[in-house]
Amino acid sequence: MTISTSTELICFLILSSVIVSGALGVVLIENIVYSAFLLGGVFMSVAGLYLLLNASFVAAAQVLVYVGAVNVLILFAIMLVNKQEELKPIKGLKIRRFFSGCVCAGLLALLFRVDITTNWATPGPKAIGEIATERIGEHLFTDYLLPFELASVLLLMAMIGAIVLARRDVISIELESKDSIPQNIIKNSTDNVLLDQSSD
Amino acid sequence: MFNSQDLIPLNAYLLIASILFCIGVWGLINSRNAVRVLMSIELMLNGVNINLMAFSSYIDGNIIRGQVFTVFVITVAAAEAAVGLAILLSLYRNRTTVDMESFNLLKW
Repeated sequence: MTISTSTELICFLILSSVIVSGALGVVLIENIVYSAFLLGGVFMSVAGLYLLLNASFVAAAQVLVYVGAVNVLILFAIMLVNKQEELKPIKGLKIRRFFSGCVCAGLLALLFRVDITTNWATPGPKAIGEIATERIGEHLFTDYLLPFELASVLLLMAMIGAIVLARRDVISIELESKDSIPQNIIKNSTDNVLLDQSSD
Repeated sequence: MFNSQDLIPLNAYLLIASILFCIGVWGLINSRNAVRVLMSIELMLNGVNINLMAFSSYIDGNIIRGQVFTVFVITVAAAEAAVGLAILLSLYRNRTTVDMESFNLLKW
């Protein structure tokens, strides 16, 4: 065992333990701010796994998009909706958690069996290593050109949809009434217009 | 440049991806905070991405179609997070709660 392979093995063990424990923390820790920061740690560790797999471009994209954009967006959402509320107790919650845990453990056992017992076609062709970035660029502009353009359209649609969904509807009121926005409308915009009438 | 196929088997990456996916499924079912549901979806997407990257590196090492797919999955995940959090904000504005159990507007 040379020093590079042992270093790789140690890195893989550390990264995988951080991923598993961090993911457990994301779903189990009560304080959701801690969960969001742990999620960032999980994303960074996944980027480290990509580096172990000789994929530097995707690792950089993972850090930029997930840690830089998605995680910050989730933190902003937590800050915006951060209200300490007492959740109503639901009867049978423990039983529900137990049974869903059983189902997930069964799914995990099934996936483990498939992972271990299948004869994957390894070793494949030799990995191209550092020129993977150039190869991704060639793919994106030749045989994956249509999905690439569709992804841009999807991002545009998501951006417009997010803006439309998240803004407050005060602009139309201003256009109609031609005067300053009455403050009580903004205040009343948090009224429960969608509140259902059924008894909870 | 050392080759990653020497020491760590492909199965190890697949096992990590399976664990991450199942933790994401459990969190998706059991979370009562809506933001945590979105975080669980991100965990599941990351598990799938690890799977794609491992297969791309070990089996498809010279064409790396899996890495291209991972880039697309990352793109879609970013769009999904933006739209999901916008929906969450407008729900919070109308219902003043993020409890998943109170979001029963579409339930018969």
